Amino acid sequence: MSATATGKTRDHLGRPVVAVTGMGVVTSLGQGVQDNWSALTSGRSGIHRITRFPTDHLRTTIAGTVDFLFDEPVRSPVLTERLAHLAAEEAIAQSKLGTPGDFPGMLFMAVPPVELEWPAKRALYAGTNPDSGDAYDRMIDGAWALNDTDTYEFALYGCVAERTADQFGTRGAPISLSTACASGASAIQLGVEAIRRGDTDAALCIGTDGSVQVEAVVRFSLLSALSTSNEDPTAASRPFSKSRDGFVIAEGAGALVLEDYDAAKARGAEILAVIRGVAEQADDFHRTRSKPDGSPVIGAIRQALADGGVAIEEVDHINAHGTGTPENDKMEAMSLEAVFGEHIRNIPISSNKSMIGHTLTAAGAVEAVISIKTIRDGVIPPTINYENPDPSFPLDIVGNVARRAPVSMVLSNSFGFGGQNACLLIAAEPG
Amino acid sequence: MTNASQDVWITGIGLVSSLGEGTEAHWQAMATGDVHPAKAEMERFKPFPVLPMVPLELDRQIPRRADQRQMETWQRLGTYAAGLALEDAGLAGDLDRLAHMDMIVAAGGGERDLEVDGQILAGLESAPAPEAFLNEHLANDLRPTLFLAQLSNLLAGNISIVHKVTGSSRTFMGEELAGISAVEVAARRIRAGQGNLFIVGAAYNAERKDMLLSLALGHTLWKGELEPVWARAAASPEGGMITGSVGAFLVLESRAHAEARGRTAYAKLGPVLSGRSRRKPGDAAAVARGQIEAIRPSIGKAPVAVLSGANGMTAATLEERALLEQLGAEGIIGPVRASQSLIGSSIEAVFPAQIALAGLAIAKKGFYLPFDPTGFEQAATEAPSQILATSWGFWRGEGMALVEAID
Repeated sequence: MSATATGKTRDHLGRPVVAVTGMGVVTSLGQGVQDNWSALTSGRSGIHRITRFPTDHLRTTIAGTVDFLFDEPVRSPVLTERLAHLAAEEAIAQSKLGTPGDFPGMLFMAVPPVELEWPAKRALYAGTNPDSGDAYDRMIDGAWALNDTDTYEFALYGCVAERTADQFGTRGAPISLSTACASGASAIQLGVEAIRRGDTDAALCIGTDGSVQVEAVVRFSLLSALSTSNEDPTAASRPFSKSRDGFVIAEGAGALVLEDYDAAKARGAEILAVIRGVAEQADDFHRTRSKPDGSPVIGAIRQALADGGVAIEEVDHINAHGTGTPENDKMEAMSLEAVFGEHIRNIPISSNKSMIGHTLTAAGAVEAVISIKTIRDGVIPPTINYENPDPSFPLDIVGNVARRAPVSMVLSNSFGFGGQNACLLIAAEPG
Repeated sequence: MTNASQDVWITGIGLVSSLGEGTEAHWQAMATGDVHPAKAEMERFKPFPVLPMVPLELDRQIPRRADQRQMETWQRLGTYAAGLALEDAGLAGDLDRLAHMDMIVAAGGGERDLEVDGQILAGLESAPAPEAFLNEHLANDLRPTLFLAQLSNLLAGNISIVHKVTGSSRTFMGEELAGISAVEVAARRIRAGQGNLFIVGAAYNAERKDMLLSLALGHTLWKGELEPVWARAAASPEGGMITGSVGAFLVLESRAHAEARGRTAYAKLGPVLSGRSRRKPGDAAAVARGQIEAIRPSIGKAPVAVLSGANGMTAATLEERALLEQLGAEGIIGPVRASQSLIGSSIEAVFPAQIALAGLAIAKKGFYLPFDPTGFEQAATEAPSQILATSWGFWRGEGMALVEAID
């Protein structure tokens, strides 16, 4: 792959500058940046009752599923792939980079873990001989007899990224990754790092998640992570509110085309934004809880500022992880206060998850797209359902209605189970 | 290009498999005496043979029982192997350095509760309202902590918790390619100055029917007695993998960082290349041929030894063998060994294990003994100073790396 050796634009550490030249998004609010943006800035929620599967015996019966792409229920990886492809098509079209099916850059793709789902397990089990052993022996017999390529390939962890690489003609082997709910941000980080070190001039970075199936809902419920405010789905996701009671599981995809800034300028591309800083710090405290002193999150935010060469006064908006779980929002608020001090009161903060829900693997990428739109339009989408602010947070939450404000530097946070903490600093085009 | 101070050194290896625990056990089993695989488990996973993990004293690397209980087997194997690698590199308990150590783990998914799944599947057959039955039993019967033992990135999470590795933490997925990319990205970052100390690896617990189920969907598995990979590929049109439990972690470090803390290394990690193809006949060989050409400038005049990642599935194994025979005829490569004949296929862990075994042989100034009734693996006449490690995934993904003696 040819890297640009002639580029001259360098950041404060002498590295190539990474530009965003295309973006795409799909969520329960709709397909495409425009539809999502108008819904988000008008404070509309995409959360609704789950109709994909019966919800008997479930404590949570609401979600932000994407139900408008297929007439019939499909397997999670099939929906996950479709979401990714729609977001990627939009991003690539906007970037005008390459030709259809021939994207001249690498693919970094955050995808949810894969499992054979219950309908598939039931189908493999049905009609097998009870004498052949336990349930898995029987399913293995069924699998061997079925010998079906489609079932096989969609049960592989590498499948969605491989098919995406086939579809868009990206260069080299694709990287599939998972850092739980920080995955979308990690995909962008990997792309930024590859461009900075000159491995590639361009990267397609995608976060995608279409995995709201019954067992996923049950698993998060068993960890008491989900909101059970089922009565009014649109009011269930309440980040930074005193009455917040968990996140709302959701689906979606976000895609960015990243490019070496000079290479993008040289081909006359429109620069939508630059990725100024990236950072990550693992937490060693607990599998689902953050270190009580917030030090890993604080460390990740400080590292992002250092990586970008950005002073705290330059950050004029924070796109919070803001899941609406009691623990996350408390920890995030505390960490922001620790990093920004008194200045935090002057920085408008919002959580897109109040409307979209938590798109898990996709969230970091979806929120990067919204952060860029925020910079470009000078409008900060609101945190809806903010009727009852948590008084312990000294934060300027953009509550309930969008706020017009010039924004040139956004901190976007993403945190995940397993001690994953990733931060992106996204900035307007320099100069 | 980069300077020598940013050479990538392999300064720690943590390897556990059916052959034993640690580098010395693997060297003894694969390079000395009467070479043969461990006794396979032939009954529990019938009709598939599986190479089981040797018993491990988990307390030695995962001291807190509470941590052990929070993990499923694949996470324990990986956390254990990561601990061995850190210890081997002289980093265990070195909190200052561990706080800046970056981690890339290659992972699949965790293990399911087979008993609960079995009960639910049986119950669904007679349940009047199957979907409601499913919901009720998932909600009541799944252990809350099982989810965390299943999540792909929770091996990395456990390594952070148990061993205090708290730089960046990334988990790659996608079968063998995940392991290839993990090693490749770490090496590229070190060469570019994007980090100077990494732990990279994977773990695979072969002793689970849920994983065999996914592999059975693609007819990827060998049925029958243990045979080396070349023999399996020669025996039938499908051939097949024999899976084996493996934990394989590497400490990769810039030369400057290793020297500054007074460490030597097993070997230098040269070029690492990932590739992809759609696996039409000849595709993978074409990718590998391109990789060889890219690596050629780094290869000395003597034919380079090869540690093949061939897995025994007929099409790819024979295609790789034909390529290697051609490269042998061209005088580019020397003796070939296939590690999976001895430790089995370990999916995400294949490539980290290949690098570990290649690094070990370089450090030992020797090579592994042939284990191949077909006669393709020839005796080595001298100790290799460079070893080419390959891995072609059972579905897709082709990787190659050069592991070299440090001058």
